[in-house]
Parts: sequence; C-alpha cells; structure tokens
Amino acid sequence: MRDVAIIGVGDTKFGELWEHSIRDIGMQAGLSAVIDANIAGEQIEALYIGNMAAGSLIDQEHLGALVSDYSGLSALHIPAVRIEAAGASGGMALREGYIAVASGMHDIVMVAGAEKMTDVTDEEIPTVQMAGGDQQWEGISGATMASLFAMMARRHMHEYGTTREHIASVPVKNHKNGAMNPNAQYQKGITMDTVLKSPMVADPLGVFDCAPISDGAAAVILAPLDIAKKYSEQPIKIVASAAATDTLALQHRESLTRIDSIKVASRKAFKTAGITPKEIDVAEVHDSYSIAEIISIEDLGFFEKGKGGPATLEGMTEINGVVSVNTSGGLKARGDPMGATGVAQAVEIARQLRGKGEKRQVDNAEYGLSLNMGGTGGTSVVHIYRRL
Amino acid sequence: MSNPRYWRENPSRYNLIGRRCENCKGVFFPPREICPKCRRKSLGKMKAYKLTGKGKVYSFTIVHDPMPDFTLMKPYIMAMIEMEEGVRLTGQIVDCEPEKISIGMHVEATLRKLGQEGGSGIIRYGYKFRPV
Amino acid sequence: MMFGHNGKDVGIVTYGAYIPRFRILPEEIARVWGEDGQAMKSGLMIFSKSVPYPDEDVITISVEASRNALARSKIDPEDIGAVYVGSESHPYAVKPSGTIVAEAIGTSHFITVADYEFACKAGTAAVQTSMGLVSSGMVKYALAVGADTSQGAPGDALEYSASAGGAAFIIGREKVIVTINRTLSFTSDTPDFWRREGQPYPSHGGRFTGEPAYFRHVATCAKELMKVQDAKPSDYDFAVFHQPNGKFPTRVAQQLGFEKKQYETGLTTPYIGNTYSASMMIGLSAILDVAKPGQRILGVAFGSGAGSDGFDMTVTDEMASYNRAAAPTVKWFVERSELLDYGRYAKFKGKIVMKE
Repeated sequence: MRDVAIIGVGDTKFGELWEHSIRDIGMQAGLSAVIDANIAGEQIEALYIGNMAAGSLIDQEHLGALVSDYSGLSALHIPAVRIEAAGASGGMALREGYIAVASGMHDIVMVAGAEKMTDVTDEEIPTVQMAGGDQQWEGISGATMASLFAMMARRHMHEYGTTREHIASVPVKNHKNGAMNPNAQYQKGITMDTVLKSPMVADPLGVFDCAPISDGAAAVILAPLDIAKKYSEQPIKIVASAAATDTLALQHRESLTRIDSIKVASRKAFKTAGITPKEIDVAEVHDSYSIAEIISIEDLGFFEKGKGGPATLEGMTEINGVVSVNTSGGLKARGDPMGATGVAQAVEIARQLRGKGEKRQVDNAEYGLSLNMGGTGGTSVVHIYRRL
Repeated sequence: MSNPRYWRENPSRYNLIGRRCENCKGVFFPPREICPKCRRKSLGKMKAYKLTGKGKVYSFTIVHDPMPDFTLMKPYIMAMIEMEEGVRLTGQIVDCEPEKISIGMHVEATLRKLGQEGGSGIIRYGYKFRPV
Repeated sequence: MMFGHNGKDVGIVTYGAYIPRFRILPEEIARVWGEDGQAMKSGLMIFSKSVPYPDEDVITISVEASRNALARSKIDPEDIGAVYVGSESHPYAVKPSGTIVAEAIGTSHFITVADYEFACKAGTAAVQTSMGLVSSGMVKYALAVGADTSQGAPGDALEYSASAGGAAFIIGREKVIVTINRTLSFTSDTPDFWRREGQPYPSHGGRFTGEPAYFRHVATCAKELMKVQDAKPSDYDFAVFHQPNGKFPTRVAQQLGFEKKQYETGLTTPYIGNTYSASMMIGLSAILDVAKPGQRILGVAFGSGAGSDGFDMTVTDEMASYNRAAAPTVKWFVERSELLDYGRYAKFKGKIVMKE
C-alpha cells in the first residue's frame, strides 16, 4: 500500500443555489480542486462521486458519467463512478479514491461530492432523508430521520442526564464557526435562546438542531505521497481511512446512545495512524442533528460517554478548545448537501492543516479527523489527516 | 409504492410475525433469514414467530415535521418499543396525548392505517401502539 | 315464504366492540352552522358522537372489534369458516374489507369472505348469513361484523349523529353464550335514505325517514317476531333497537310496550352517536356486558331502503364461565373520550380540501 496525499481541494458555496444545477456545481468544485492541485485535467485517471439521492431528488442517476462529462473530461474516457452510502456517500467516495491510489491502481484521482436538494419541494425532503434509514420498517411507520435522532437524544438525556442546553450548545458553536466560513450556508451566529425557542421538528429537537436543506459540491485531488510535492507545496497526508457499518434500522441497535459504527471505524483509524484521540487538533464530525455531534465526540474517544454535552457547553470543542470540532460550521451552519458533506469535511481539514483556515484557523493544527455518517450510523467513515 | 412491495409483508404488518432463531432462541422483527449471532448455523432454522404485541416505551419523540402520509396526525408520538420478547420496534403511539407519554409506559400493538397511495390507490395497514 | 330461522342451538359464541375515543358535541357542530345546539341535542337525544382518528376506518375498527371478540374466547381463528363485514363506509368501493380483517385475526385462507351493505343493518344481515352457514354445517364458526365511519354532509342534520364504531359477533353452535331463538326480517322498497355510487355524502328524505321507514319496519318486525315466538314485551329482560338518534328507539320501544329498564342498557347512541351498521350490535354488546344466564333479549336492527332484522335471544349458562373481562366493555369505550372542536373534527373526517 502506498501513502496517499490530498494535493488539491475545492468547493462551492453551500446553500440555496437556485441558479445552478448539479452539473454546474460538480464542475465548479472539481475545477477549483484541479487548479488548487496544479494539475491538468488529462492527469486525472479516475473520478469518484459521492452522491446520496440524485435519483429521487432530480431523477438523475449515472452521476459518474455526468460529472466527468460536464467537467470537460468526456474525451478522456476515464472511469467514473458514483458512490452511495446515504449521508456517508462523500466519505465513502474519498475512501474509494484513497484505496485506488494506495493500491497503485491509479496515481491521480478526483473525489467529488455533490448534491442538489432545492430542486424538490421541502415536503419531499423528509422522505428522501429517511431513505438513508430503514424506510420499509421505520419510515413507513411514521419515523422521520429527525425523529430517530430525537429518540437517541431522549435516551441520552435519560441515561446520562444530558440537558436540552447541552444539546443546544452544538448548533450555537457551529453557527459561531460558520460565521467565519465564507462558503458556509449560514454565516451568522445564534444564541442558545434561538435554539431553545426554535419550532419543534421532533421533540426535543427543534429547527436549529437540524442541518438545513442545501445544494453544494466539494472535491479533492488525491495522489501518491511520493509525487505529491511535485504538485502541491502543502500536500496533506491521509494517515488512515476506515469505514464500518451497523444495522440499518435504529430499532435493531443494542443502544440508542452509542453509535457502534463510529466506535469501530475510529478505533481502526487510530490504530492505523498510530495515535490516540488526544492528538487530534481539529475534527469535522457529522452533526446532521445536534445530538449526533455529542454522541460522535464521545464515540470517537474525545470525551467519555455521557460527557459530550457538558464538554460542548463548556467550550471544549470550540476553536482551540480541547479539540476544535466543526470549524467549518459543521453540517448545521456550513450546510449539508448530503453526498457532498463527506468531501467538504476533507476540504476543511486540509485547509486547517495547511493553515488556510482564515478567521477560524486552529493554532498549529497537525492532526485532523473527519467523521462522515450515513443515516443514524448505518455507515460511518473516519479519515485521519496529517500536516507534513 | 407498488402493491406487491407492501403486500408481501402483510403477515408481519398485521400480526407482528417475526422470526426466532432455533439455534440461539433470539427473536427478530421484521423477519430475517440469517441470525446475526449464529449466522451459518441459523440457516433453515429461522422460524416464524408471533410477537405478543405487548411492550414498554424505550424512547420516544413528538413529530412535528412528518412525511406526507402523517400530516393529518401531527404532532404525533413516535416511539421505540421494547417488546416482551426483547426485540425493539419503531412505531407510532396512538390514543395517547403527547404530554402523557413517558419512558417505561406499557403499550400494546393495534392495527391502523399507515398510509395510502393517494385517493385512488391502495391503503396500507400495519401496527401502531397504544397505552395499555 | 317468510324469511326466518328457528335458531335452535345456533347463537353467539363470543362478541367484541370498538368505539374510537374522539367525540364532538352537538353544541360545537351547531355553533359552526348557526343552529340551535340545545334544540338539536334534545330533539335528537344525542349528547356527543364518536369520531375516528385519521388512521381509523371500517377495516381497523372491524379488526379491533373482532380481536376483542377473540380475546374473550378460546376459539382458534383457523376454525372460522366465513367472515362478513357489514358497513356503508367500506374504505374500498371494490376490494373487500373482509379479507384484511380475516388476515389480521389470523384465519386460514380456506374461508369465504364478503362485504355486506344494507345501510344500517348490514351487520345483522351478516349475522343472519352466519347463522345459516353454521346451522347447515357449512362452517364451524362465522364472524359477522357491523362497522361504520359514517358520513354526514357538513351542515346536514345527519352531521349531529353520524359516528364511528363496530361490533363483532362470532356465530357457532358450541359453547354459545347467547342462543338466537329465532331471527325474522321485514323488508320493503322504501327510499328513505341513500347514497349514490361516487357520492361522498348520503341523502335522506327528511321526515320520510320516520313513520314509513324506521317505525314501520322496526315495529312490524318486532311484533311479528314476538307473535311467532308467542312472546310479549314483558317476557324480555332487555330490548335493543337500531338507534339513529336517541329519540327513535325510545319512542318505538315505548310504542311496542317496553319499559325504560328494558331498553336503557342497550341505548348507547346518546353518547356515541349513530354507528350505523354497528348501532344495534353495539347496543346488544352493552347488554351482553351485563346480562346473566337465562335472561332474554329482543334486538331489532333497521337499515334504510328499507328493512329490519329481528332477533329473539336467550343468554345461556355458558355466560357464567365466559371471559367477558378479557376485552373492554362498551361502557369503557363510551366513557373514554377526548373532545374535538369542529376544526379538528373536520380535519379528522377529511372534510377539508387538501393539496394533492
């Protein structure tokens, strides 16, 4: 296995991109990554697209060929494939790209994530989101994705005394970070009161506990580490890539306060990287719902089980806290174009490790981690990155 | 949703027919053909098993932003029910005011409409729960 | 030749009822339509009516009632050979309610099933068919259900009474708790109340629904039945009649010579409204909830269009060991209630035009 590095990153603004189709944003993110990597399009040997739901959102499958084509690569006839693992599609695409380069099958590959969610009405979105869970046995019964996370939140409150304020401190922090990210969907801070008084979605979670409906795309260029310096002054090494699955349905989990796929994937990743959670300076985690960030920072090993809420409220996950979590604004403030999210997390970590985090830069960041999750944790993908 | 996709699950939806692994006696719902604990040893030993329909609320939420089939009922209670057999089921709780629900509450299964394919399509029936 | 049946040992083996928990008051309906709620209340003798939740229909109500019936007995559902569901609000115009009910209570697939419609007496027509099948030996047990989520056009007088509920009787010859001594019907072509195919709400002939329809059919049927049985009103411990409102059954009972103590137990419409196909059957269920061995019951259903099915019944000694407590009583269903305002009622009943 070869060492793999990120040599270029790019993304679009996230949000309601009314004037742009999935073709536009896929191309924009890819092009900016190509320019950042100082490569020519002809050097891309393969393309991996993370996308969750183009089939149900815009009636379009076959995104590999589509993005390749509209990125101007059709005449090169490179292999291109769409990777789907619900909300973890982007992270899984990154992992597939990583495997291709690490194995020696390809040298330079592009990994992109793209989702266009605003081409359907808001009423259709819960059904699309729930397709990342067990639609047939939980969705049909009336469960929305938000309701499943709400039941996890209720259990977390019941078992560990987590409070509504603990949970609400996640979106407050993430909005504060998003306000410093020019590509974030929401660039405005919010107060605890805003979260607590926001209209209910699934009690105890309100509108401000839920990631928004977003359009957006992100891309990274991967290359073998030994040639990375040829293209990039600051290549970022991917020191570990790990993924794990769990039961599709929440009803089959042994515990609602633990996400085993996160535990398994992160344990593997830390082992491969040869480091412990303490060494992570900056992490992008999957706060599709506020409670998910609390459970994630516990199961990643940053904090003890049950302590994720108090840790967040006390500022331990703020920029330059014990570990800086979701400096981009996370899914909540940066936006959550589902298939793009996992790749956008890698883009943010690469920027932080390069020292290009602008106003939200974490001091002297050396190790970064991304956790991208599908559904309620049916899939988790963890990558660990290191500044060279 | 096409009719066959729902129809083939009627026994489970109407009567909570799951499976029991004859190897480890573990109960599963909905039916599955391989026991995740016994795997190969369970092949051919996953027998139909009817749940009693009785259980306790393990967790719950009040849904205010539902999918289209549930619009008329919002806000409604969704819960995770721990059945007597140990298996958990996600389902709606009816005949209960949202402010009365609590973890540990005893409930039983009932048959209700789950949704329909518009005004002219097939109606889907299945289990929900209500306080005992 | 007159339709009738000397039941001999045929009777009710077990029974169960179901009434949704929501209610609306006549005052609330009257408030919306600018009518006099108090006058409606006393005129119809209806103090509240049941309303189904949006996820309840004739099929779910029939399943509940049937499961309640099964819970009280040791009958193996596989021994049920016929399922008939009588209603005028079947969820499907074409596709039987009965097949879903049969599957949901776990019958075998080797059964005969059909949906019945005869306005408010489709359920008792199902009982009569079941008696025939059982006494001929074609089936061991037959399930007869009367259930409705009846419709009354907004602003129509029917809106004060049209309600929801169901009752299920399993008919058999073994361990019957109530012997049906005789059934007898009286039927004529009388267009007092109807609903055309495809119409959402029924129409009715106003005061024509009274004397020539309800009173003529119920009274004639009851009198003929008592004549054939050589019985008089005082021979019965209980009497129950179809109850489109509280007033009609009270008046017909008095005209026939029954006293309040005989008919009050089975009079449930004042509290739950007119459950149509279930109306007399729920009233009978309320009687069976308290009846003792040896007591005799007269029941007469009425369906518009028009006809009456009469039943002369006697509670058997089996009632003493019958597990009545295994399912809720009609009283329990009547007493659990959650009041709705007209807005929620309109939403629950699908009276609001929604976006597709």
